[in-house]
Amino acid sequence: MSPYSVMLLAATAAPEGGGLDVKTFLTLLFVLMLATFIGLEVIRNVSRLLHTPLMSLTNAISAIAVVGSILLAGKAAGGEGQPAFVTILGMIALAASMTNIVSGFLLTDRMLKMFKKREPGKS
Amino acid sequence: MSLDTLTQLIYLMSTALFILSLKWMNHPSTARRAVVCGVVAMVAAVGGTLINPGIVTYTWIVAAIMVGFLLGVPLSWVPLTAVPQRTALSHAFGGLAAGLVGAAEYYLWIHEGKEIGSFEAGALVAEVILGFLTFTGSLMAAGKLQEIIPTRPITYKNQNALNFSLLAVALLAGAWLVIAPTHWALFPLIILLSLAFGVLLIIPIGGADMPTVIALLNAYAGLSAVAMGFVLDNKLLIAAGALDGSSGLILSIIMCRAMNRSFANVLFGAFGQVQAASHAVEQRSVKSASAEDAAQIMAAARSVVVIPGYGMAVAQAQHRVRELFEVLTAEGVDVKFAIHPVAGRMPGHMNVLLAEAEIPYDKLIEMEAINPEMPEVDVALVVGANDVVNPAARHDKSSPIFGMPIIDADKAKTVFVIKRSMNPGFAGIENELFYGDNTLMLFGDAKAMLTSVVQALKESP
Repeated sequence: MSPYSVMLLAATAAPEGGGLDVKTFLTLLFVLMLATFIGLEVIRNVSRLLHTPLMSLTNAISAIAVVGSILLAGKAAGGEGQPAFVTILGMIALAASMTNIVSGFLLTDRMLKMFKKREPGKS
Repeated sequence: MSLDTLTQLIYLMSTALFILSLKWMNHPSTARRAVVCGVVAMVAAVGGTLINPGIVTYTWIVAAIMVGFLLGVPLSWVPLTAVPQRTALSHAFGGLAAGLVGAAEYYLWIHEGKEIGSFEAGALVAEVILGFLTFTGSLMAAGKLQEIIPTRPITYKNQNALNFSLLAVALLAGAWLVIAPTHWALFPLIILLSLAFGVLLIIPIGGADMPTVIALLNAYAGLSAVAMGFVLDNKLLIAAGALDGSSGLILSIIMCRAMNRSFANVLFGAFGQVQAASHAVEQRSVKSASAEDAAQIMAAARSVVVIPGYGMAVAQAQHRVRELFEVLTAEGVDVKFAIHPVAGRMPGHMNVLLAEAEIPYDKLIEMEAINPEMPEVDVALVVGANDVVNPAARHDKSSPIFGMPIIDADKAKTVFVIKRSMNPGFAGIENELFYGDNTLMLFGDAKAMLTSVVQALKESP
């Protein structure tokens, strides 16, 4: 995606420093590449029948961003800790992700229950 | 074993379970297992995060999780016709979460006077831009699907030029922030520009293109999670985000192919504007038939293929279609459903709508699989579909839908089309199928018409 590649270029061009070093960055890039290939292969095999449930399932899965917001919402706030403002942002993000997780999984299951083969006894 | 190692091991297991979960979506028989697997993976990931020693208070976490349940449970009860809106809303929430976490992280870095590396800054800017543009873009898409916002494309002069310059300014500000990460004043500017870009990106896109747009926003939401993974140095986030991103990408490619369009054309083409009646259509005659005629012909047929479109769902006629299916099957007629990839308002939407009406999924046949059979089919019944059965897409180079793959309804021995009137559809494109020699129009509301057909079938000896 274009915004992403521009950022990557800027990141490589800019001077070094701080926590995320080149080595870590490359390791993460490896993970990204492998996961993307796995994702493309696996999703390609998903039955077209199930593309709508697939989408609500991936809604829930991508709400894995919940991990980042839990850390923000749970750190000590005020005084010595982080500003309360950061905790509030973390809480909003956590509530939003949690909404996606809950509604994503429940809705997927609700839709999948409807997919039935022909019942034998019925004409 | 340190807590951190334990967390990483849990994340590793979680990643594997997410992959398995998506793998099991390949068939309806294993799909429910996929959900269980996904839930286990998610619970594990949340648990593995909660043991982080950096967390000192659980009050706010529990409160936010409860809010999530309060909002999430009712959102999973929406009618199936509203699932596209809910999906768009869900992308909006995902984008918002990513954007807010990014903003909070950046604020913390500046607040703590941390030395910010260029890779971190780059990933953070990507997260924030993608997150916030997905947020407003998805809200707009949800608004259009819910018809709160006009579904027709809203266009003005130099629209694309304006949109691109807005994005370019945001990217330049982002690049500047990467080089000089402490220029914090740039940050709110990037957020505002991304929010505005999200709105402007979706405004010119018409309702008919929403399936592609939702799939594309799905990919963006995934990518913003990936970027967050880079910011937090978290491989689980990257893997799960990449799975979501590739899913969105594949679905949007399928949607684009099914409409014979390119991404660029969907995003910047403002398709679906009401076409000026360019060439006056010569007055051709159509043949119409009554419900009783239709019932008689269908009862005598060996095979019937129903071609449903979103109009069927609008008329709430799914259950009548199911009744027709049952009556005909009882008479020994082979009934199948031909599903065009863009039937409905999101990928796979029509399958879900028919499954809800208790039509067995093995009778739902994809376009590519049914088309070779169409010349052998006795009756094709078109309910609420229009452009996806227009033969003009095969041969009329001047037609806006030329080249779009269609279901070959016209090749069936007899074609019935249920339609309210002869008004051209949504895209304003004249449909040749209605004038075919083998086509009989059934004028009326889909639900009422199907009720009469079923009635006539039941009464016939």
